[in-house]
Amino acid sequence: MLTYLANPARFMAFSAWAAPIFLVAALVLLAIGVPWGLFYSPADYQQGETVRIMYLHVPSAWWSMGIYAFMGAASFVGLVWRHALADVAARAAAPIGATFAAVCLITGSLWGAPTWGTWWEWDGRLTSMLALFIIYLGYIALWSAIEDEEKAARLAAILCLVGLVNLPIIKFSVDWWSTLHQPASIMRAGGSSIHPSMMGPLFTMAGGFLCLFAALLMMNMRAAVFRRRVEAARLRGTEA
Amino acid sequence: MSAFAATFRRDLALMWGGGGGALAPLGFFLGATMLVPLAMGPERNLLAAAGPPLVWIAAALAVLATLERLFQADLEDGSLDHMLLSPAPLEMIVLAKGAALWVAVGMPLALASAPAAIALQAPPELVPAIVLSLLLGMAAFIGIGLVGAAVTAGVKRGGVLIALIVLPFFAPPIIFGSAVAGGEHVGAALSVLAGFALAALALGPVAAAAALRLQAE
Repeated sequence: MLTYLANPARFMAFSAWAAPIFLVAALVLLAIGVPWGLFYSPADYQQGETVRIMYLHVPSAWWSMGIYAFMGAASFVGLVWRHALADVAARAAAPIGATFAAVCLITGSLWGAPTWGTWWEWDGRLTSMLALFIIYLGYIALWSAIEDEEKAARLAAILCLVGLVNLPIIKFSVDWWSTLHQPASIMRAGGSSIHPSMMGPLFTMAGGFLCLFAALLMMNMRAAVFRRRVEAARLRGTEA
Repeated sequence: MSAFAATFRRDLALMWGGGGGALAPLGFFLGATMLVPLAMGPERNLLAAAGPPLVWIAAALAVLATLERLFQADLEDGSLDHMLLSPAPLEMIVLAKGAALWVAVGMPLALASAPAAIALQAPPELVPAIVLSLLLGMAAFIGIGLVGAAVTAGVKRGGVLIALIVLPFFAPPIIFGSAVAGGEHVGAALSVLAGFALAALALGPVAAAAALRLQAE
């Protein structure tokens, strides 16, 4: 599948219809997940109504890390096989991942204020999530600071791979420093500890966010490919 | 003379020669330390708690300020091309530059942290541990900083960009360095710090050399 799409022409043909489909799927899933999570799911026996923030917070946290891992894989492919489309994919994913990280931090803060009694606490997971957000910003800034796109892609890929060390720190931070943030309750040894009635809206939202990412990624990549074509056409125009 | 020793001596001479460029980070460090009691108020207990960690922050920022020109100067005057042509591996030359930076800037900063920590009311018995922790911390900062300096070597006025790229990776050494300054589990914190410094010095030059090869293309 990925090697098939590695051809830019095939990618453009595929994404022309895949991007709108993913966008529609994202809108449908979010249209189901948002009311399900915010109105029709049970309130938590401890947290009350504020538990509903989780349906935004947890998927954005998952995918902000997932998108970084995706960028790491794309950077690796771009570095090793010098594949132009992989570079485009890594760059196109960065602002989406940064936005998810910001949503995660903001919703977490909004949830923390009534539940923990504080907007922000310097515990391991909050801090490493903030570090991820800053790494995203540094990656985006490096891309835009270097004019030669070819060079910018390689250098940003090196930075992205170095930044990968932060992902396990985020994932395990709640186990290493058990301070304030609760440990994992869904993907943990011994099965999930979350109530089944909350799983439906949570996974619907997570699926919606994933489809949204796929759609935005393809739209960003298409825009980048089109921009390159315009530049190439302009160069040909000046030569002639 | 091996390529490592030659690069080390050259960089040391460049940093200490010509008006003592390595003194500037030291001055920055002392100036930043001076601002701490002015911002917090000279209350002794408050300073004793917050002072030593702020010494760490000031030292981190001081070494950060030296990174911008680390490879940029070599890229501009063509030295980098000679390093690439050398039969010695680029990783080793990068490590030699890092070692020179540690001796020229890192060590003086770590030693200057002793009077700075005492002035900020740190418990005197903790001062040797703070100096030792900063010696290790500087090695960690430089190992990370090599990567940041290498990927931004071609960027004009890349100072803020380096800071943005490097600062999130400064978090682990800062965490364990401040643990030393806090006076609890000093031995364990120093061990973790040493481990982190070694990892940064082992991996940093590899990533930095990969970036420098691209810069010279």
